[in-house]
Amino acid sequence: MSILGSLDLNDIFIVPFLKEPTLSTGIAAGAGGIVVLGALAVALWLTVKGWWKPLWSEWLTSLDHKKIGVMYIVLAAIMLIRGVLEAVVMRAQQVSPAPGFLSVEHHAELFSTHGTIMIFFVAMPFLTGVINVVMPLQIGARDMEFPFMNAISLWLSVGGAALVMASLVVGHFETGGWTAYPPYTGIKLSPNEGVDYWIWSLALTSVGTTLSGINFAVTIYKQRAPGMDLMKMPIFAWTTLCTAILMIFAMMPLTVASLMLALDRHAGFHFFTASNGGNMMNFANMFWLFGHPEVYILILPAFGVFSHVIPTFSGKKLYGYTSLVWATIAIAVLSFTVWVHHFFTMGQTAHLNAIFGIATMTIGVPTGVKVFNWLLTMWRGKLRFSTAMLFSAGFMFTFVIGGITGVMLANPTIDFATHNSLFLVAHFHNMLIPGLLFGMFAAVNYWFPLAFGFRLDEKWGRRSFWLWMIGFYLAFMPLYAIGLMGAPRRMAFFTDPAYFPWLVVAMIGALCVLAGLTSQVIQIWVSVKNRESLMVPAGDPWDGRGLEWSLGCPVPEYDFTTVPNITSREPWVDTKAAGKHVMDPTEFVDIHLPKPTGLPILVAGVATVGAFALIFEMWLIAAVCFVAMWVLVLIRSYDTDWEETITAEELREGYEAHKRLVETTPKVSLDDEFTSKNRGLILEEAV
Amino acid sequence: MSATMTNTGAAGHTASHDHGHHDKTGTVIFGFWIFLMSDLIAFSLMIANYADAEWHGIANGPSPHELFSLGLPTIETMALLISTFTFGICTLGMKYGASMKRTIGWLVLTLALGAIFLGIELYEFHEFWTDGNTPQVSGFLTAYYSLVGLHGLHVTSGIIWGIILMVQMKHFGMNDLLKSRLVRLGLFWHMLDIVWIALFTKVYLMGVLS
Repeated sequence: MSILGSLDLNDIFIVPFLKEPTLSTGIAAGAGGIVVLGALAVALWLTVKGWWKPLWSEWLTSLDHKKIGVMYIVLAAIMLIRGVLEAVVMRAQQVSPAPGFLSVEHHAELFSTHGTIMIFFVAMPFLTGVINVVMPLQIGARDMEFPFMNAISLWLSVGGAALVMASLVVGHFETGGWTAYPPYTGIKLSPNEGVDYWIWSLALTSVGTTLSGINFAVTIYKQRAPGMDLMKMPIFAWTTLCTAILMIFAMMPLTVASLMLALDRHAGFHFFTASNGGNMMNFANMFWLFGHPEVYILILPAFGVFSHVIPTFSGKKLYGYTSLVWATIAIAVLSFTVWVHHFFTMGQTAHLNAIFGIATMTIGVPTGVKVFNWLLTMWRGKLRFSTAMLFSAGFMFTFVIGGITGVMLANPTIDFATHNSLFLVAHFHNMLIPGLLFGMFAAVNYWFPLAFGFRLDEKWGRRSFWLWMIGFYLAFMPLYAIGLMGAPRRMAFFTDPAYFPWLVVAMIGALCVLAGLTSQVIQIWVSVKNRESLMVPAGDPWDGRGLEWSLGCPVPEYDFTTVPNITSREPWVDTKAAGKHVMDPTEFVDIHLPKPTGLPILVAGVATVGAFALIFEMWLIAAVCFVAMWVLVLIRSYDTDWEETITAEELREGYEAHKRLVETTPKVSLDDEFTSKNRGLILEEAV
Repeated sequence: MSATMTNTGAAGHTASHDHGHHDKTGTVIFGFWIFLMSDLIAFSLMIANYADAEWHGIANGPSPHELFSLGLPTIETMALLISTFTFGICTLGMKYGASMKRTIGWLVLTLALGAIFLGIELYEFHEFWTDGNTPQVSGFLTAYYSLVGLHGLHVTSGIIWGIILMVQMKHFGMNDLLKSRLVRLGLFWHMLDIVWIALFTKVYLMGVLS
């Protein structure tokens, strides 16, 4: 075997099209072309602008939690565009006359990449990014506890995403869905490199996520400002803590299951094979031991976001803080007790199904508690429907519908009829689009000024909300209907004419969602163009309640000039109630921040090349990369001069400057919140 | 594990260079505890998989009863158990200001015992393998090689880690950073010992009895 392993000319994206030009291969070649040309265009643009150097020194090597968070969100945004485009192509396929314009294989690749991307390379980096930007600011920390490891996590996720993108250009992705159940994904039935793309891109990102979980948990346990005991923590920090604990315990089953699958495929092992004593049911169990807590990893941070957006834009304290905390903890614990509901039909006894069905329905209780918390927070509040608030309200309304269908599916007897139908597909999109994406969109609209210093354009923001909201209902309500009529998931085409009108509506919905996504791109574009009039340098542009709004926007590198003493749940509200707009400084001391370093991106880069080598069976290159990766880590262990100091004097100057800025910024009333008069420091009372 | 706990605290107190409002060494060790929990999940899944495969995955291969004897695994186990004791002495000595030479001496002894453990394990793998009992034969053998092999890989990385630390001790001297690293290796090593007790019981003792 050559050093290039199983890689050959036919793996290059354009070759299948040249050999056999059809619409299906044309679309595949086009997608590969977009990836290649897109990468070249970005490289060219950076070169023309002369931005390589600042990009490297300010961003790619940064260990600052805010910048790492922003890079995570950029990754999520890029992958979201691909995921939505894939969805539109699949919807178009199903409204074309059977058998459609895609080959069955190509359609299977599309739903597999769509699922894999949306979960692992949109949802996960999105929430990890928001946590990175916001959580330390909410608890009075200056950075994550392990900034170097934080950067490693980021770049491993980027590496995993790069592999999924590479599968468009070199070779194929797998065709077994995002769950990749063996024995179908074993070497006999899936002999090409597709499953290996799935395995190794997930291996990279799951290790990154485990490390992120450790980082978040330790940061929250050890870095809170003095006086902030756990029950004074902001809810977003609470949901982050529970998410982090889930990451620590739940990512490992995925890593283990996917590596076992790799051994089955390439070493002839029999973990999950259909012969020689393999047992694929172990894969299903392990996959969902990860997969179900994963659902709550995805959703809890969004719950945290809503718990800040809703009080802020209702002008009221969050209703029932304690019950919300306990509901979060209850969800986190229960999330480990329900995994069997993903395979009620696998053949275990009815008793076992009944137990897991009941456990599943139980999760509805704490989730219901949360919905009432948010509703009662809004009750008699003075509501302002900003983009973030619209997404929150849209979430509550829509998520409850998804929850109800979830309780239906939790009943094993119903599940036997709806298992693997489009009803299920509608259900989980109904949970994750409002429960994850809307939450993250709200978070970006709400917290954007912390990272960049200016607000996002409201007009395009609201348009994007309505398009997403309407698009969601049009795209997924029909799937509930035809799911109940018997349409199975993952079909390349349908021949039953009764489905057709519903599929047309779903197609229109997908286009609506695409328009919503486009509006968000326009929103960013317009906001950057008009950033002067959207600047909020004094901070706190929405009469916010959390510690993060006590800082100027954008937040300086060191976050806090002095770490505040916390005596209540809403220290910033107390400060404002006392008529002050700057928190009293405590003690100015020299602080240490981590220096930028190129090692994390190198480590992950080498790991990614190694993973690519494994996918194409280039064992020698993979071994070299594995050793190189650890040598790089070893180099870091010799680096003792990894911090730079910011002196107490600089911090004092920062504080004085911020104070002067706040004093000279005119206070404006809530009525002018969304106008260019808002330079920060919005007040409830008209001045 | 109480000795380990004491050491954790001891290393925590030695950090004094940090101007921040928290104790970096203690925090790093806390983070490492959490990492170990995550690592334990991997072992528990492999054990669960093994427990299934030793009943349902025999296929045309040997059963645990036919494959295992207790002789070599017992010697192996003793080597690893003693190594955890010597590592305990190593870190305790460090706490009470033993010389670097002494610390390194105990560490060398620990790693040597680890190497003996690993050698016996590999010899046993080799014996099984040459008898035709390779992991490709059955689900049970797959599970056996992977579970015991995963533990062996951990011991191997522990040995490499220990060697690197000895080189670094020579390079940096016995500073807070190295003490913290040594304590973390200790936690890792003791965890592997506990995991091995579970493996020895489940794989060999119960296997021979079955």
